[in-house]
Amino acid sequence: MKRMLLTGNGAAAWGARLAATDYIPAFPITPQTEIIEALANWIDNGAMNARLVTLESEHSMITAAGAAAATGVRVFSATSSQGLLYAMEMLYTVSGWRAPFVLTNVSRGLAAPITLESDHTDVMAARDSGFLQIHCATCQEVLDSTLIAYRLAEDARVRLPVIVNLDGFYLSFTREPVQLPDQQIAKEFVGRYDAENIRFRASAPVSQAVAVLGGSPYSYFRYETHLAAQNALLVYDEVAAEFNQRFGRQHNAIEEYRSDDADILFVMMGSFATKAKEAVDLLRDSGQAVGLLRPRLIRPFPTQSFQHLLGGKKGIAVIDQNLSMGMGGVLHAELSSALYGHANAPATLVSFIGGLGGRDISSEEFFEMAAVTRRAVDEGVTPAPRLLYNETELREIRKLQAVAQSEREELHNSADKPSGEQQ
Amino acid sequence: MTDTAETIFKRLRDLPSTHLLGTGTPMCAGCGGLQALHQIYDIIGEKSVFINAAGCMTLLSVFPFTPFRGSWLYTAMASAPAGAQGVRDALDILLQQQRIAAEEDMEVVVLTGDGAAYGMGLSSTSGAMERDLDFLYICYDNEGYGNTGQQYSGATPHAALTSTSKGPRGFSGFKKDLFSIWAAHEPAYVATVIGTEPLDLARKIDKARNMTGPRMIIALAPCPTGWDYDPKQSVDIGKLAVRTGIWPLKEYENGKVVHTKIPKQRKPVEEYLQCQGRFRHLFEPQRNDELIDALQAKVDSYWRDITE
Ligand SMILES: Cc1ncc(C[n+]2csc(CCOP(=O)(O)OP(=O)(O)O)c2C)c(N)n1
Ligand code: SF4
Ligand SMILES: [Mg+2]
Repeated sequence: MKRMLLTGNGAAAWGARLAATDYIPAFPITPQTEIIEALANWIDNGAMNARLVTLESEHSMITAAGAAAATGVRVFSATSSQGLLYAMEMLYTVSGWRAPFVLTNVSRGLAAPITLESDHTDVMAARDSGFLQIHCATCQEVLDSTLIAYRLAEDARVRLPVIVNLDGFYLSFTREPVQLPDQQIAKEFVGRYDAENIRFRASAPVSQAVAVLGGSPYSYFRYETHLAAQNALLVYDEVAAEFNQRFGRQHNAIEEYRSDDADILFVMMGSFATKAKEAVDLLRDSGQAVGLLRPRLIRPFPTQSFQHLLGGKKGIAVIDQNLSMGMGGVLHAELSSALYGHANAPATLVSFIGGLGGRDISSEEFFEMAAVTRRAVDEGVTPAPRLLYNETELREIRKLQAVAQSEREELHNSADKPSGEQQ
Repeated sequence: MTDTAETIFKRLRDLPSTHLLGTGTPMCAGCGGLQALHQIYDIIGEKSVFINAAGCMTLLSVFPFTPFRGSWLYTAMASAPAGAQGVRDALDILLQQQRIAAEEDMEVVVLTGDGAAYGMGLSSTSGAMERDLDFLYICYDNEGYGNTGQQYSGATPHAALTSTSKGPRGFSGFKKDLFSIWAAHEPAYVATVIGTEPLDLARKIDKARNMTGPRMIIALAPCPTGWDYDPKQSVDIGKLAVRTGIWPLKEYENGKVVHTKIPKQRKPVEEYLQCQGRFRHLFEPQRNDELIDALQAKVDSYWRDITE
C-alpha cells in the first residue's frame, strides 16, 4: 500500500488498472477525458496490459463494452453528461444482456444550456437503466468503489453493469491523498472474471439478447433483472465488509455522519456532502442536533436502511443536485416513496434543489435549510420545494440579461434590416 | 465473368449441398434477404457469431428458437459494428492471453438491413472500417425500412412507392451509393451480391472469408412485402435486377473496382419495374415515359464506361 496525491479522475483510472481490466472502449468528454488519457498512457508504456479502443460515439462505446463483457473479458469505460445520454439506448440494452462491467461517470450538468460543470441530472437519467450506481464523495472512495464495483457486477447473484459516479471538477480535478492498494492484493480482492455461461465460444454457441414475443417472457426477463439488482443490496454489504477487512476502509451503502442522536438530518449524494459535514459540525457547535446521511448506493436503492436510519427522526432536508422537470428533486421523490406508510417515518421531508451546474452551497445555506426544516416540523406544514438561489445571484443574472438585451438592440439599430424580416 | 483463380466455386455443382441455416423462420415467403443469407451461411458456417441490428432479420432468433447453428447477439439499430468490435477485441484478448484455445475463435459477422447500413449505423460502420476491424458485414438491402412497414430509407430507389412516398412520382430522392462510400474507406473487400446469382455470391463470400480486415457485402434483397409483388416472382425479379443493369455485381479490392458480371445486352429497366407494385404508378393509369426514361438513362450512364 502506498499513498499518492490523485485527482478523482486519476483515482478512477487507478481503480481500472488495479482491477486488471482487459478492455477499455473509450470516447473523450470533459471532465472525464483525463481517465482515458491516463489509461492510454499506461497501456502505451507497458505499465498496464489492456486494450483501449476509441469508438466513434458513446453509443458505440457502450455497445462494444457490453459485447466484450458478454464475450468474457473484464471491461472498463468512462463517460460524462452528454456522453451518458448519447449512450442511453445502450445502457438499457447491455444491462438486459446481463453484461457485467464498470462505467465511471464524471457527472456534469446537461444541455441546454450547455455547461461543463457538475450536477447529478445526467446520472439520474440512467437510474432506471439496470446499471447499479455507486456515488462517491472523495478520491479515495472513487478508487475503492471501482474495485468494489467489479465484485458487485460480476457476482453470480447480480451480473449487472455498475456506474461509479464522481462529481465533475469538485472531484475529477481535485487532488487528494489516496491510499493505493498493492496490485497483487487488489487483484486478489477483485478475483478473476468468470463469465460462466455468458460468453461466445465456437464449441458452445449461444444466442444472446434475442427477441421475445409477448408480454409474458418480456415481463419475466425484465423482472429477473430487477431482482438481480435487488440482490446487489446484500452482495454490496458482503463485498464492502470484505473490502474493509482487507484494506481497513468501510464504505457503507449509506454513510452516516453524526446522525445517531440527530433530530434533523440532511440527506444528499456526492462530494457536496463534504460541505454538509462541515455545516453539521458548525450546527452542532451552535447546539443543534443535526446530522447527515449520504447514500453511496443509489441503485439498488437502500430502502430498508433508510427506513431504519430515518425512523423516529423529526425532519429531513433532502438536497437534490438534480432536477426532474415538472416534479423536482429525484432523491426527495425516491426517499418519500421509501418512507411512505412506514411506521416511525419522519412526517417532514423538505425538498431543496441546489448545486445545479456546479453552483456552490454555502454553510449559511445549510443553516437556513436546517432552520426551514425545523420550522416545518414545529408548524407541521411542509413547504414547497426550494431552489437554493440568493438575491445577489438574481441581481447578477438580471445584469447579464440587461447586457444581452442592450446588445441585441444595438445590433438591431445598426444593421440594415434584411427585407424578409420587415414587419 | 472474371474468373478468380483461388475460388473453389467454379460451377453450380460446387456449391454446398447441405444447408446450415434452419427453416421455419418468421421471414415472409419469397424473402430475397433470407435467400441470400441461406447461401452466405452455408459458406461461412457455424463457427461464427452474428451481430444483428434492428430489422426484419432480428426476428430470426425469437426466444427460445434460432435457425443459426453458431452464435448470435442482437444489439440495436445503430451500433451492430460496435458490437462486432467488442466481440472481436474480446476474442483477441482471450486468445492472446491463452484463456481460450485457437479453435474457439469465430468469424464475427454483422447482419443489418439497409436502413441501418445506409443511415443510422453508417457512423459505427465507418468507425469499424477506420479501425480496420476484422469482420464481415452483410447488409441485406430491401430498399426501405421493411420491419416498420417499408418507409423509404437512404437505399430506396428513385420513384419507388413506399409507405412514406405514396405520391404520383414515388420517392423523390436517389439511392445512396453505399458501395462507393464503403470503398472510400479502403477496407479489405467490398462486394455486391444477390441470392439469384448463387455462384457469384459464393465466390465472393468465400473470397471474403479467406481475408482479414473489414469485408463488406451488400446483398440486394427482393422483398415481396415491401416491393409489392407475388412471392413466387422473387427469383425472376432478382435476375432482372442484374440483367437490366439495375444491380451491378462488383467487387472492390486493393483500390480497384471490378465488375464480376457485366450483363450482355442489358434488358430495358422497365421489365424490372413493371413487375413490382412499387413502380406500378409508372405504368398505370397512364405510362410515365419521362420517369421511365430517366431511370433508364441513369442505368445507361452507369454502364457507359464499364467494359470487361
Ligand atoms: C433507435 C431505433 N429507432 C427506430 C427503430 C425502429 N426500427 C426497427 S427495425 C427498423 C427498420 C430497419 O430498417 P432496415 O435496416 O432496412 O432493416 P429491415 O427492417 O428492412 O429488415 C426500424 C426503423 C429502432 N429499433 N431503433
Ligand atoms: S418484409 Fe421483405 S425483407 Fe422483411 S422478411 Fe418480408 S420479404 Fe424479407
Ligand atoms: Mg431494409
